[in-house]
Order: sequence, then structure tokens, then C-alpha cells
Amino acid sequence: MSEPVLVVDRLDAFYGDFQALFGVSAELRAGEVLAVIGANGAGKSTLLKTIAGLMPTRADAVRFDGAPIGALAAHKVVARGIALVPEGRRLFPSLSVEENLLVGGQLRRPGAWSLARVYELFPVLAERRHTPATALSGGQQQMVAIGRALMSNPSLLLCDEISLGLAPTIVRDIYACVPRIVGEGTAMVMVEQDIGQALAAAKFVICLQEGRVALTGVAAQVSRADIAAAYFGV
Amino acid sequence: MLDWVNTILQGVLLGGLYAMFAAGLSLIFGVMRLVNIAHGDLIVLAAYVALVTTEALGIGPLPAIVVVVPVMALIGYGLQRGLLNFTLGDDILPPLLVTFGLSIIIQNGLLEIFTADSRKLQAGPIEIASIHLPGGIALGTLPVIQFLVAVAVIGALQLLLYRTALGRSFRAVSDDQPVAQLMGINNRHIFALAMAISLAVVAVAGVLLAVRSNFDPAIGPARLIFGFEAVIMGGLASLWGTLAGGILLGVAQTMGARIDPGWQILAGHLVFLLVLAIRPSGMFARPGQ
Amino acid sequence: MNGAMRTVRVGSAGPAHRLVFALLAAVVLGLAAAPYWADRDGIRLLGEFFAYAALASLWNLLAGYAGLVSVGQQAFVGLGGYVMVTLAIFVGVNPLFAIPVAGLAAGVIAVPVASLTFRLRGAYFAIGTWVVAEVFRLLCAQIGALGGGSGASLPARVVLGIAHDRAMREAITYWVALALMLAVLGVIVLLLRSRFGLALTAIRDNELAARSNGVEVGRVKLLVYVLVAAATGMVGAWIFLQKLRVSPDSAFDVNDWTALVIFMTVIGGIGSVEGPIIGTVIFFIMRESLSDLGSVYLMILGLVAIGVMLRAPRGLWGAVAARTGWQVIPLRRLLRLE
Repeated sequence: MSEPVLVVDRLDAFYGDFQALFGVSAELRAGEVLAVIGANGAGKSTLLKTIAGLMPTRADAVRFDGAPIGALAAHKVVARGIALVPEGRRLFPSLSVEENLLVGGQLRRPGAWSLARVYELFPVLAERRHTPATALSGGQQQMVAIGRALMSNPSLLLCDEISLGLAPTIVRDIYACVPRIVGEGTAMVMVEQDIGQALAAAKFVICLQEGRVALTGVAAQVSRADIAAAYFGV
Repeated sequence: MLDWVNTILQGVLLGGLYAMFAAGLSLIFGVMRLVNIAHGDLIVLAAYVALVTTEALGIGPLPAIVVVVPVMALIGYGLQRGLLNFTLGDDILPPLLVTFGLSIIIQNGLLEIFTADSRKLQAGPIEIASIHLPGGIALGTLPVIQFLVAVAVIGALQLLLYRTALGRSFRAVSDDQPVAQLMGINNRHIFALAMAISLAVVAVAGVLLAVRSNFDPAIGPARLIFGFEAVIMGGLASLWGTLAGGILLGVAQTMGARIDPGWQILAGHLVFLLVLAIRPSGMFARPGQ
Repeated sequence: MNGAMRTVRVGSAGPAHRLVFALLAAVVLGLAAAPYWADRDGIRLLGEFFAYAALASLWNLLAGYAGLVSVGQQAFVGLGGYVMVTLAIFVGVNPLFAIPVAGLAAGVIAVPVASLTFRLRGAYFAIGTWVVAEVFRLLCAQIGALGGGSGASLPARVVLGIAHDRAMREAITYWVALALMLAVLGVIVLLLRSRFGLALTAIRDNELAARSNGVEVGRVKLLVYVLVAAATGMVGAWIFLQKLRVSPDSAFDVNDWTALVIFMTVIGGIGSVEGPIIGTVIFFIMRESLSDLGSVYLMILGLVAIGVMLRAPRGLWGAVAARTGWQVIPLRRLLRLE
């Protein structure tokens, strides 16, 4: 078996004096998908933000391609090949669709993804390339957010609640793209409220509860009862 | 009647200079919400750098721009990375106080080195040349050149903001700093580049000011205020609005001066307060901004 | 919550403060007696100190508590000076009585000024207040009857009206300054300890949260602005009473009446009552020992202010208070379980 791309090792995270994560560990290999589930406030987004470098932590609590990156600033983490699709999409409102994508690709990391490939993945964006990004529908905005992250050619893509606030058919369309993304060898960590969607797309799953790992396993093998127990701590 | 047309035209040309004072201020406010109280003193600093350059190299003030622009841009980059980046945050007090302190330091530093004497850069025969328009109106060649330079600088800034990768990064950082970092943008570097460009514009403005009129170490704050008035009257969001704001201020001042020389600056301030009273978002603000 | 009943008392003064108050009272008495123990220069310096301590405390109330960072307070210093001189010269009012009138005038004028400048946010508000001060300066320079750009002096008959004996006149002027400073400090402390002070503290800590808890932020800010303007006008009237002459450039000087005042407040500690006073003391020590350096001294002052802002944003007093919990003027409310 190949070496893991991402190793999260006894990770702690703090907001000031408040500790949000307690000794979280996980591993992921190229082309694999990890689903992170849990109730509101369990620390799912915090885990992604910490991996992406938006929140500092112990250097060796996050290792990527073997190198400790826990203490790196966000802009350096991206340069190494980790991209985050933030919760709520957070597109740049004063930039057009295409400009949002170009900002995502401004590091010019080599790889499979380009403006043309993103438009091929989401053809509707090509039609609306000169529209201000925030004038799009919610689903299209989510496509821009994913495309923007792909433009940096990440070897690890972090997705925070990409189904949030979207109609089920649109969520299905978006998730239909996941195989094409991991097909390029990209690993993914997806935080989801929609457990069914997450388990269907992922190979592994971890469930967080109040900042601690309450369950970890192969997505296809965990039962609903296990998840309910891990979710609510009963 | 013709006199008034002439006065207004002089005001328009003067407005170009004010728009340049404003453009640098507007750029850094847009990118990092920083209002630089030392902006006017940096314009004066640029004028003195030009003075030293012309004397040391024996060249005219306009060629000296080639030296003054990179010098000021470097100062801007260093100032931002070495000092001003540490003041940015939710609290408006630190950047305000630190740039206020900087203003006092620059003023008194210049006073120490160059004394309080008034100086002026000599541009040679072009200073008295003029362009004759039909109807007996004569415009000084130098003010016309200055105005054209101002329009060119603002046009260049506009292109930079909307047609280049750097401009895209500026707008992205302005919209959402944390997410900009997720795109691999080093915000601190981008802020420093914005300040460098701001001071490059300041450099051009400083040279033009030094050719146009006398300067001494104490005139910076008034230039800050003129630039600020042009920014607010133009509406915070747009560079071309800034040019319009600068022209409005310039026309108000020359018309005030025609009524009574003591009213030149006052008339500009009063028009500014009037705009603030009737259209607080500026004369040329885009709707919804 | 079960078990024994407990009384919860909300208080802010402790027994240790009685000693502090006794000390403060002794200092005030000593200062009041200064005309009997200090020489002319000493009296003059102390009077100037009181004026600056009052200006710094007022600016602190404005910026440190109400979040109104003004760099245009010279507008009201100068206005106070001009109103006092005008009343003394043309109406024959005793300049001492002109001081409260100057305050009233500054307060009244502050209302339309606020209605304009409050349209600007943050740092742009700051520069907007500066523009207003410049307008006042340029307008005063247009008043021919007050000497236009070169200004006017208080005539001898007006000066003699305060007291015929020079020593007596200087003592009276000194006492007025002491009284003004004590009144300013007293009002600030009372204000901050009142319900209104709680609203101010709430705005300082989190304006959005204060708003959603029913604090009328706009009205509170306006009230503070007008109050500070009125008091600043009175201090301004006193400053030019001591100088015996006023000119547009000295009356509306941004460096003397705002830059230095801000530096004092920041160095001493913004957002506390003690900070501005300590900052004023430090400033006077620096000025008396460094002023021979001329403009270099101002550069040093600017550097110190920048250094303090970056290294100790709550100033020297803030740094001391954070370490020790000291509070000379009790403002903090403590919940005590008894």
C-alpha cells in the first residue's frame, strides 16, 4: 500500500482559550475520499480550517506528503497542494466567474486542471463566465467554489458542506463530479451534514463528537446504529 | 464671461493633480481599508526626493520621475511590510495613530534636513509656454501636461485593477482576506505591493506639485485633505469618480480664489461639506455601494 | 442553585480606595496651594499641564470610549479661544465669565458639525473632523475685526478686569485651570460610572452587540461628541486667556491641540481614566528635558507613540493595570458574593 498523503496526528485546535479539537487523528491516501460527519459544533469545519492553515497548530499534527505543515500559513499550504472549498462558498463578489477561477489558479501549480477542464466539468459556468460570481444561483456558485479550488491542482481537496442550502437534485449533480475529481488522483476530505450523500461518496468515515473522534471506519461497513451512537454519544 | 471659462479650465487642470493625490489614497483604502494620514507628507517627501535627484544628477524634474517613482515605491513596500502590516485589524485606531505618528516624523525630519524654506523645482522654458485655444483662452503647457499625466496615471491604475492578475488579487483580498489566502495569496505581500503602487503614484504627484508651486515641509497635511476630499466627493468605489471629485475640488478652489484670494482653500472645503450634506456617498458613487 | 441564600452585591469601590482618595485629596490641596509655593514659571507650567490633562482626558472619552477617533478637536479649542476673545473685546465680558459661554457655543456648534461628520466612517470621520477645523481656521482668518490672519490680543483693560495685581491675576487664572481639569475629570468619572457609562463601555467592547441590546448607539455618540466639544471649548478659552492673544494658526493648530493630545493619551493608555493623566505627565517630562532638540524632539515623540501603539496598545497604564489589576478611580463593577 502507498504512503498516506495526509496524516492528522493527535491534532488539538483552539479558539483563544476554547479548545475545539482534542487529539484528532486520521489518514488518507491518494484518490481516496474521507467523510467527516458529526453534529453542529462537533469541530468538523475546525478540522478542515486547521488542515488548510487558517488556524495554526503543532507543526507535526498535520503531515502532508511526509512534511509537517501544521504551523504553515494558509497561502503556503495551498502552494503545497491542499485546497479548501469553504463553507458558504465565499466567492469574491467583485470578481466575475472566470476571475474567481483565475484567482484560484494564480499559483500555476502544474496538473490536470485548467480553465478549460473546469468549464468542461461544469459547462454552465462557461456560458456565464463574465457574470459577477455572486449573481449566480446557489448551485452554480458552489460549482465556481469547487472549480476555484481545483484550479490550484490540489493533491488534497477539502470540501466544507458543499450540499448546504442546495436542492437535492443539484446536490446529486455536484456529487456526480466527485469520481472525476478523485480520478485524477486527488484525495478528498468532505465535511457533510447529509450523511447518506457523504457515505455514498466516501471510502472512509470519521464521526466527531464535541471535538473528539467518536467513530472511525470504512464507509460501506458502518451501520446506522453505530453512527447514531457516535453522533449523540448514547 | 471668458474669464470665468478660463477660471474653470484652470480648475479642471488643477483637479488632475488633486485626483492623483486621491488615487493613491483610494487604492490602499480599497485593498486594505487603511487610511494613511501620512499620505500628504509622503507627497512632500517625494517632492524633496525629486529636489535631491535633480540637484545630484543635474537633470530636469520630469526626467527625475524615473528615479523618484522606484524610490518611493520601495519606501512604500518597506513601510507596509515593516510597520503598517502590524497595525491592520478590526480596530481602526492603530493604523490611524501610527500613520499620524509617521506624519509628524516625516514633517519634522524634512524640517531638520531641508529647513522650513520654500523650495520649487525649475522645469525650464516649458514653465512659461502656453497653448492658445480659440476665443482667446490660453492654457499653460505645463498644467495641461500635468492634467494629461494624471488622466494617464488613473487610466493605468484602472487597467491594473481590472485587467491584470495583480489587480485581480487586489480585488480578491479586498473582498475576503481569509479566502484570498486560501487561493495562495500572501495578503501581507499584496498589501505591501498596494502601498508600493500608491507611493509610486504619490511620487508622480509629488514631482508635479514641486514643479507647479512652492513647497516646504509643512504643506503635507493640506495635500492629504485635498486628496481625501476628492475621494469622498468622487464616491469611495471608483477611480474615475476620484478624478471627477478632484476636478470638482479644483474648480471650486479656482473659482473661490477669483472671488477673493483668501477664499481659495475655503471654497474647496465648503463645496466638500456641501457634497457631504446632500450626497454623503459621493457624487459619482455607483448605486448600491 | 441550591444551598444557603447569598446576597449578590454590585459594587466597585473597596476599602483600599479610601487611602487612595485621601492621597488624591492631599495632592489636590497641594496643587491648589501652588501659588503660595511655586514660582511664576512653575504656575504657568502647571496650568498648561492641567489644560493638556483635560484635553487628553476628553479625547480619550471620545476615542477610547465612544469610538469617535477625531483629529479635529482643534476646531473646538480654537473656537473657544475666539469666542472668549470676541466677548471680552466687543461685549466687555470678563474673560473668566466668557469661558462657560465659549463652552456653550462650542457645544451648540458641535451639533451641526456632528450631523455632517458622522456620515463618514472610521478613519474618514477622523479626516472629516480635520476639514471642519480647517474651515473654522480659514473663516476666522477672514474676520477683519479680530485681526484677520494675524489674530488679536486681549486689550489691557480686559486683562486688568480679571485682577489688577499681576500675581493675583496669575493665581486666579491658575485656579481656573485646576478647577476646569477637576471638573472635566469629575464629569468623566461620574459619566462612566452611570448607566450611560455602561452603554459607552458596551459600545467600546462590541458596537454590534450593544446595538442589538437596545443601546441607542447614535444618540450616545452624539451626546458624547457634543459634551466633549463643549468642555474642549472651555479649555480652549482658558488656553488663550493664559496666552492673552489668539490667531487662526495657533488657535486651530492640529499639532498642538490634537497630535500631541493623541500621543499623550496613547502613551499613557487609551480607554482608562488614569491613562491620559499619566501620558500628560510623561509628555511634560519629555518636553521639559528634550525640547532643546527642536524638531528631533517631535520625531522622538512620534516614534514613542508608534512604539507604544504596536507594543502596548493599552498604553503604559494599561500594561501596569493588566499586570496588577490596579485601578485608582474605581470604575469596574464587581459581583461580590457575601
